[in-house]
Amino acid sequence: LSAAPEMPKEDGRPKWDNKFQYILSCIGFAVGLGNVWRFPYLCQIHGGGAFLIPYFIALLFEGIPLLHLELALGQYLRRGSIGAWNTISPYLGGIGVGSWMVSVLVSLYYNTVLTWVMWYFINSFQEPLPWSVCPLNENRTGFNEECYESTAVNYFWYRKTLNITPDIAESGKLQWWLILCLAACWLIVYLCTIRGIETTGKAIYVTAIFPYLVLTIFLIQGLTLPGATEGLIYLFTPNLNTLKNPRVWLDAATQIFFSLSLAFGGLIAFASYNPTKNDCEKDAVTVAIVNSMTSLYASIPVFSVLGFKATTAYWDCLDRNIINIINEFDLPEESIMRQNYTSWISFLNSSYPEKIAGLKLKSCDLQEFLDQSVSGTGLAFIVFTQAIILMPGSQAWAILFFIMLFSLGLSSMFGNIEGVFTPLLELQIIPKSAPKELLSGIICLISFLIALSFTLGSGSYWIDIFDRYAGSVPLLVIAFFEVIGVVYVYKIKRFSKDVEWMTGRKLNLYWQIAWRVISPLLLLIVFMAFVTLQMLKPPSYTAWNPKYEGFPMKEEKVYPPWVQAICVLLAALPPVCVPLVALFHLVKQKRRSKDPSSVPPEIFSCQGANS
Amino acid sequence: MLRALLLTVSVVAIAHAELCKPDAQNAFKVRISIKTALGDNAYAWDDNEEYLFKAMVAFAMRRYSSKSTTQISNVLLCNVTDRVSFWFVVTDSSKNVTTVPGSEVEAAIRMNRNRINNAFLLSDKTLQFLKITSTLSPPVEPSTPVWLIVFGVVLCLIVAGILFLIVSGIQKHKKKNKDSTDRENLEEKVEVTLENGIPCEALDLKPGHINGVFAADDERFTSL
Repeated sequence: LSAAPEMPKEDGRPKWDNKFQYILSCIGFAVGLGNVWRFPYLCQIHGGGAFLIPYFIALLFEGIPLLHLELALGQYLRRGSIGAWNTISPYLGGIGVGSWMVSVLVSLYYNTVLTWVMWYFINSFQEPLPWSVCPLNENRTGFNEECYESTAVNYFWYRKTLNITPDIAESGKLQWWLILCLAACWLIVYLCTIRGIETTGKAIYVTAIFPYLVLTIFLIQGLTLPGATEGLIYLFTPNLNTLKNPRVWLDAATQIFFSLSLAFGGLIAFASYNPTKNDCEKDAVTVAIVNSMTSLYASIPVFSVLGFKATTAYWDCLDRNIINIINEFDLPEESIMRQNYTSWISFLNSSYPEKIAGLKLKSCDLQEFLDQSVSGTGLAFIVFTQAIILMPGSQAWAILFFIMLFSLGLSSMFGNIEGVFTPLLELQIIPKSAPKELLSGIICLISFLIALSFTLGSGSYWIDIFDRYAGSVPLLVIAFFEVIGVVYVYKIKRFSKDVEWMTGRKLNLYWQIAWRVISPLLLLIVFMAFVTLQMLKPPSYTAWNPKYEGFPMKEEKVYPPWVQAICVLLAALPPVCVPLVALFHLVKQKRRSKDPSSVPPEIFSCQGANS
Repeated sequence: MLRALLLTVSVVAIAHAELCKPDAQNAFKVRISIKTALGDNAYAWDDNEEYLFKAMVAFAMRRYSSKSTTQISNVLLCNVTDRVSFWFVVTDSSKNVTTVPGSEVEAAIRMNRNRINNAFLLSDKTLQFLKITSTLSPPVEPSTPVWLIVFGVVLCLIVAGILFLIVSGIQKHKKKNKDSTDRENLEEKVEVTLENGIPCEALDLKPGHINGVFAADDERFTSL
C-alpha cells in the first residue's frame, strides 16, 4: 500500500527559516573536529595523495547513498529517529532507540573535548603563553622535573590541563578548572539549543561559517612559513604502494562514515523539519561533497604548519649540535652555519673522531621530524600549540585556532543534541504545556552531571574508550540495519516512489544499486574487518606516567577486566536495542493474539507520512 | 738591580702561569657569545674588554667581602680562545701565590651577576660561568590568574544570553496566551450577536433591500 500523503498539513512542527539554514546545519554537523585532526593524519600515514582514491570510492558507494537515505527518510516521515523507525515498523523501532543512545553517549564525551578547547582558549590571553615555558621547581634552581624531561607543551597538556593519573584504575580527583569550563560549555550548548532548531538555526550561521574564515587565514599564514612547502610535498606525494594494504581501504571507509555523522539520528531529525517537497537528493550530494572538500581544504594549513614545525625542530637540532661543537673545539662563533654543517662534521670526524664521538651528537634528519605523525587531541593540543609558539604574534593565532576548533565542535554538538532532543520531544516525555526550554534544560543539566566524571584525573582515558567503542562499532551496525530496514522491510519500490514524489524526478539507477547491494555489502565488510582488527590484540592504552623508565615515552598498558567489560557494554548496548525492541513487540503481539477479549491485533503498520 | 727585577718578573709570571691554567684549582672557565647576544651590534673582544672583565670580578670580590684588598692585578686571565672563552682565577694578595677559594669567588659572582652581565650588555646565557649556576627568576604571576578573568567574561555573556532568551520566551508565551484569550472573548461577543439568530455584522454590512413593489410605483404618488 503506497499511501501518498496529502498536501503537508499545518501540524505545528517547527521548520527551518530557509533552505540555507538546513543545508548549513547538515554541513556543520558533518564538518567537525575529525576533518581537521583525523583526515590529514590518515592522508599522511596512508601514502599521501594516494589515499584520496579509496576515500573517494568510499564516498561514492557508502557515504553519499547512506546520507541520501537518512535525509530522505527524515524528510518524508517528518519524525525524529525513534518516531521515524516506529512509523516504518514497530519491530524496527529499536534502530531509532539505538541511534538515540549513541547520540547520548557521544554528546557526553564530545562536549568534554570542547571543554579542553575552551580551557586552552581562555589561557591564550597571556604573555607568554603558559604552554611555552616550564615552571620552576621548588628551590628555583632549575625547571620542574616532569616538564624538563618532556616538553613544556606536554607538561601543560598532561599536568596543568588534565592532571592525568598514571593508570585508568586510579581516578584521581575532580579538577575544578575543568568543571568550570565544562559548565560553561554546557551553558553554551543550552544557549544555542534552547528552543531546538529555532535557536540552533540562528547560531549555525556563525559556528558553521567562522571555521572556514579561520582556515583561510591559517592557510595564508601557513603558506608563508618556512618549511611549509616541505610539509605539503610530504603530505601530497602519492605512494601508490600503500593501496595494497587492506588497512588503508578500511580506514577510508570508516573515515567517510564517521565524518558524515551517519546513524546518529541527527540528520534524520534535521531533515524532518523540512517541507516534504524538497530535493533531498541534491542536498545529500551537496553536503557530502562539501564535507570532503573541507577535509582537503583543512589539510593544507595543517600540513603547512606541521612542515614548519618539523623544519624548526630540524634547525634546532642542527643548532644544538653546532653549539656543542663550537664549545668543545673553542671555534669562533658563527664559524659553522647550518649550510656548511655537513662539511664541517665530516672534516672534524676525520681529524678528531674521539672528541666528536664524545659529544654524542644527535643525528638531525628532516624526514624523521616530518614522519612524526599525530592525530586527534595530540595534534591540536601538543603539536599545533608548539607550532603556534614559534609564530610571531602567538596569542592571536592561538585564540583564532581555538575559537575555530570550538565552532567546529559546537556545530557538531548541535546535531548530536538534536538527535537526542527531537525524539524525546515526540515521545512527549514532558507534558505538552511545558515549554521546550525545560526539556533542553533537563537534557543539558543531566549531561553535565554525568560528564563530570570525565573531569577526573583518569577522564581522558575514559574519553578515549568512549570514542573508540561507543562512537564506532554501534554506528556501523545501526547503519547496516537502517539500509536493510528501508530496502527490505519498507521495500525499495515504495521508498523510490516516496523519494520521486519528494524530488519530482525519477530515481537514478545508481541509488537503486547502491542501496540494494553495494552499501549493505560494504558496511558488512567494514564492520567485520573493524571487529577483527580490534580483536587481534588485547585492548590497550598508553598512559602518561612520570615514573616510567622510558619517560617521556608513554607507557603501554592493558585495560583491566572491569574496564574491558565496560568497553563491550558501550559497544554492544546500542546495537542490541534493535533485536530487543523487535522481541518486545513480538511478545506483545503474541500475548495480544492469545487473549481473545483484547483489542484486535495491530496490523503490520504500513502507513505513510501520517505524522 | 735589573737582574733582580727580571728575576722577580719571571718568578711572578711563572707563578701566574701555575695559578691560572685550565682545570686549575679555584679557576673558572668563562664562555662569552657576543654575536649571539648582539647580532650586528656585536663588539670585538680585545684587551680592553679583558681589562673590564678583570675590573668587574675585582668589584664583585670587593663588594662580597667588603674589604678593599682585591686589586685588578689579582684577577688573572689565561687561555683566551677565538670562541670567546678563557679561564680566570683570583689571587690573594695577602698570602703570596695562593688563590682565593672557589666558593668565595662563586658566591661573589652570584651576588653581582646582574651587574657583570649589564657591563657587557649580555645575559646569563651569553656570559656563562661554567661551574656557577644562576638562580632563575620566577615568572611574573598576577594576583588573579588571567584565565579566570577571561572565563568570568565569557560566563557573564553566556548567562546574559540565556536569561534574555528565557525571558523573551516567557513574554512570547504570555502574549500568545493573551492573544488566544482575546480571540476567545471576541468569539464570545460574536456568538452573543449570533444568538439572536441573525448576525448583526451581516445586517450592518448588507445594503438595505429595496422593496421592488413600492419602488417601481413612483408615478402613483402625486408629485408635490
